[in-house]
Amino acid sequence: MKRLAGRGRINQDRTISFTWDGRAMSAHPGDTVASVLLANGIRVLGSSVLMNRPRGVVTDTMSDPNAFGQIGTGESSEPLMRLTQVEVYEGLTAMSRIHKGVLPTGTDTGRFEKRHAHCDVLVAGAGPAGLAAALAAAEAGARVLLVDEHPHLGGSLLGEDVVIDDRPAHLWVAEVEQRLRDNPAVTILTRTTVFNVGDQGAIALMQRVSEHLPEAKRRGRALRRMWQVRTHELVVATGATERPLVFPNNDRPGVMLAAGVRGYLHRYGLVPERAVVFTTNDDAYRTVLDLINAGVDVTRVVDVRPDPQGWLPRRARELGVEVRGGSVVMDTTAAADGALAGVVVAPLGGGETELITCDVLAVSGGWDPLFDLHHYLGGTARWDEQLLAFVQDNVVAGQRVTGAAAGIFGTTACRRDGHLIGLVAAEATGFGSATSGPAAPEAADVTEQAPADFVRVAAVDGDESHSFVDHHRDVTMAGIERALNSGITNVEHLKRYTLVGTGTEQGRTAKVNAGRLAADHFDLDFHMIGVSNARPPSQPVTFGSFAGRALGARFDPVRTTAIHSWHVAHGAVFEDVGQWKRPWFFPQGTEDMDAAVLRECAAVREGVGMMDASTLGKIDLRGKDVGVFLDRLYTGTMGTLKVGRARYGVMCKADGMVFDDGVVLRVAEDNFVATTTTGGAAGVLDWMEDFLQTEWPDLDVWLTSVTEQWATVAVVGPQVRTVMSTLAPELDVTQDSFKFMQVEDAVVAGMPARVARISFSGELAFEINVPTTSGLAMWEAVFAAGEPYGITPYGTEAMHVLRAEKGYFIVGQETDGTVTPLDLGLDWMIADKEFVGRRSLRRTDMLREDRKQLVGILPVDPNDRLPEGAQLIETAEYEIPVAMIGHVTSSYESAAMGRTFGLALVRGGRSRIGETIYAPLLDRTVAVELVDPIIFDAEGTRRDG
Amino acid sequence: MLRGLAAMVSRAEPLAALEAKIAATTVDDTRLTTVPFLAQVGLRLDPDGPAAARLAAVLGSDLPGPNRAVAAGAHRVLWLGPDEWLVVAADGQEDSLVASLASAVGEDGGVIDLSSNRTGLELSGAFAREVLATCCTIDFHPRVFGPGQCVQTLIQKAGVLIDQRTDDTYLLLVRPSFAAYVAEWLLDGMLGLQADFSTR
Amino acid sequence: MFQIRCPYCGPRDEPEFKYGGQAHVAYPADPEQLSDEEWTRFLFVRDNSRGRYAERWNHAAGCRRWFNVIRDTGTHEMVGSYRSGERPEDAR
Repeated sequence: MKRLAGRGRINQDRTISFTWDGRAMSAHPGDTVASVLLANGIRVLGSSVLMNRPRGVVTDTMSDPNAFGQIGTGESSEPLMRLTQVEVYEGLTAMSRIHKGVLPTGTDTGRFEKRHAHCDVLVAGAGPAGLAAALAAAEAGARVLLVDEHPHLGGSLLGEDVVIDDRPAHLWVAEVEQRLRDNPAVTILTRTTVFNVGDQGAIALMQRVSEHLPEAKRRGRALRRMWQVRTHELVVATGATERPLVFPNNDRPGVMLAAGVRGYLHRYGLVPERAVVFTTNDDAYRTVLDLINAGVDVTRVVDVRPDPQGWLPRRARELGVEVRGGSVVMDTTAAADGALAGVVVAPLGGGETELITCDVLAVSGGWDPLFDLHHYLGGTARWDEQLLAFVQDNVVAGQRVTGAAAGIFGTTACRRDGHLIGLVAAEATGFGSATSGPAAPEAADVTEQAPADFVRVAAVDGDESHSFVDHHRDVTMAGIERALNSGITNVEHLKRYTLVGTGTEQGRTAKVNAGRLAADHFDLDFHMIGVSNARPPSQPVTFGSFAGRALGARFDPVRTTAIHSWHVAHGAVFEDVGQWKRPWFFPQGTEDMDAAVLRECAAVREGVGMMDASTLGKIDLRGKDVGVFLDRLYTGTMGTLKVGRARYGVMCKADGMVFDDGVVLRVAEDNFVATTTTGGAAGVLDWMEDFLQTEWPDLDVWLTSVTEQWATVAVVGPQVRTVMSTLAPELDVTQDSFKFMQVEDAVVAGMPARVARISFSGELAFEINVPTTSGLAMWEAVFAAGEPYGITPYGTEAMHVLRAEKGYFIVGQETDGTVTPLDLGLDWMIADKEFVGRRSLRRTDMLREDRKQLVGILPVDPNDRLPEGAQLIETAEYEIPVAMIGHVTSSYESAAMGRTFGLALVRGGRSRIGETIYAPLLDRTVAVELVDPIIFDAEGTRRDG
Repeated sequence: MLRGLAAMVSRAEPLAALEAKIAATTVDDTRLTTVPFLAQVGLRLDPDGPAAARLAAVLGSDLPGPNRAVAAGAHRVLWLGPDEWLVVAADGQEDSLVASLASAVGEDGGVIDLSSNRTGLELSGAFAREVLATCCTIDFHPRVFGPGQCVQTLIQKAGVLIDQRTDDTYLLLVRPSFAAYVAEWLLDGMLGLQADFSTR
Repeated sequence: MFQIRCPYCGPRDEPEFKYGGQAHVAYPADPEQLSDEEWTRFLFVRDNSRGRYAERWNHAAGCRRWFNVIRDTGTHEMVGSYRSGERPEDAR
């Protein structure tokens, strides 16, 4: 095509350059890659995906099935970008890869943002209907978000020669835009596509923020922004797309859609040398008239209808164009590069053929309303026999379709409908009144002659293998016939079998024709066959856009305690526990993990250690009925707890499986504090609230999460009393005054603190609780006071070893949602009262003697440490498959015992203590002796120091 | 006696490590400021019960209804739920607040010192609402939200209590362990808006 | 993403809520009186119907209240929500 000076909505005074396949291209601001290629005489963009046919630009919209390319270089390079949409900028690099791209493999450093927004009325599409709807809704008072995928508002008006109110349409667009921009309740997003419609008005948009700018001008801005909008009403004003016709060799570069040809004229000042128009309807004559006005030779109009007598064909004839009714294009010829050289025209039904030379064949098979968004929430469509197109059938709540998307054609009719729909949408959200709003535009569009019901020109020789139905997927009439002859009778199956309509452009030029041809094949009414459903996203969305800014520190909360900075400064290696970072161990010098953990364990058993226990969940319970409440939730009794005392408890879900555990402290007559596991804190609180609010609302109990109110320092080991005496000289920590499971408020290191004698290691231990902001100060005070005694900070691994030596289970390690308190040997904790889940403990399945039960294990070789998760079997020699009778839940090396040990769940394990079973590993089979879970200090003598 | 010692204790700001980054990030007049050590007292009671009237006398205002915050005297009362409020005041007020509120509530509810349970972040300036829109799904448009309203919601995956103080000032109360995550989201939102603003 | 109306706080996005399964399945008053079969039915058997369904949600990131929602499982229409203790007819 060639560029006409002074035409188009581009700035022809300025020239910019970019490269296409390494070749420098000259362009003007406002051009797309597709328009520049046409202007530079590049008709062949590349070859088709299966058949290697040369392909070119078909139209000027997102519906183009061929105009795809690779944009950018290196890690920011992106495949399958729409060349009809990509705006050129100085330095842009584009490559010919029309149907297959190349994925970059490295990290994309581009910024992809997300933004939340809210509105009363979201209008998708800023053509005549969308603009009218947005203006009507906004002026009724609604908050309006107007979205359009193009750089400028106006939609189809930008690609047409249209007069509105006796002025060029763009003046009307400018006036409406100004009124919208002056309204503070209106937000306009251009270069933005609605790509999904979700439940309750959740709309997803993709905005091109700076990717259309040269890199130097992006300056840290997002390339794209995904908008997540909540709207009350959605107005779908997404226009319509032209339908091609199926005939032999209809895919040659230069065969274009008629509206696309005039779009390139009006938007980019591009015209063919010599054009032929092939149509079933009056609308394509607009292309004829516009081209003639631009001085182009329109050699012939080939109209399927026997006698085109509408005002547009008549006007064309008056201008001297030869209009041939009852005719078709039955084939095309190619130049050396494969692009269009001419068309073969013949009367419909056969007769004398004529070869006409041309560089562009403008085709129109009618118009398909584009209302994909209506389909996303189950909207349906019906075939309209008058329009010869699918239109919306049902109504989806909160959605309205208007303008060409609703099958309403003609600028005035679209403005009128858009206006009314805008008023109705605003009224639905409580603004204005649709019946008393300002009047809609009155003038009617001039009526056109009915289009012909026509899809395909059959090949004279019967070879349909070059009659393309889907250019993107290289699906031909022959392929469709083959599928239908093989028994496919459903368009959704046809789509998946032939891939027709599955292209990146969502098969917008292919779907309706495919369904139509299937209906013809079976000689059925079209509505019996229908078209395949549109599905989100309406355009490709990159993974980077979905990730947005949830990268690095923003990917997931990393929760740290008040003491974290000290742990970091002292070389802690951290373990993830839920979202928390907990010190795992504190290696000294060149120590590895095993050495560090052995040292930390030994220090706790022989001297004194300290641990950050702040992450444990803490729930404050207040009210007269807390005791009753806790008795109904824990397997044990809590109501009898005395003030200033603590008790360990276990909770089950209704199914009797262990859910969480922890120590409950009674700090006042009507005030308890329940501790939970680190990972279970939020779940336990929700679960307690559930019973309190829905089952026992009569109880006087108030629950508050205080997990983060308190930092907790555990000080543990035989020398702990010495350290505590230094820290809290006024607190009597002797055995007689401060008993196991006793709770005292005290001044520790000059800070008001709550001190509890709780042990998770079997050693004498105190837990010091202070408000979180004082946590670091308390930790440092304890460390300083303990330093003369070699106080050793220890991490979660040493804690796990120490508790396992004592046979204490960990929720989530020894339990997995299938383990009851009885399985854990906690029969002594089942009080004689009703509690949640109790009834489950005597279900038949719970009484089986071969349930997996908690036991201790000692590998016969005291140096062999089993991997956790190892399966256990009966015999040393085995053949696969072999029955598995249990698994290892914990496995460590014990400093105190000088050997390896572990915990396991074994079928009927408690009655098998003393027996030897086996752990089959990849490289060896390990014999293990089953022992009581409490392996170390079974008498509990160390607890009191 | 014990509580009186609190003021002497060296306390650590939960967001100390991010302080420099927070100070360095602005969009025009929009900025983030840490507000550590606020006095915060949890209040649990039946708003239709006998304690409500006694409380109103102590607070100097009625308990606010859903999603509302009231300023009364030296403190602010935020609605958290149908039987739950948070009283927020300046650092150091927690002990006297707990004492006066507890005497008003008596046995008809619960009063609990939660001053360490959340830390404050103040987001202020003309772009504050847009910063929130980068990471929070709540509609803060002046038509539907304004000073005197508060909301418990999420900044991405972290729970947050947002109290709108003025037309363009929001106080965010966050669990200390989530504060860095929340700050990182707000700062990143500011970074994006800063880039937009500088090219306007 | 659903928008759910908390009867206390108003409409909010789904991530603020936790799902709680079918509504109006009370914990049995006296579990010990139930047969294994009755107890098992309470534990494990729930309706799974197409159409209007009463289900429980917890406004976990908000007021922490448990409440009930009537949702159409076929269309995802949120018909209405109501407080614990109110009747499905009270949904709005």
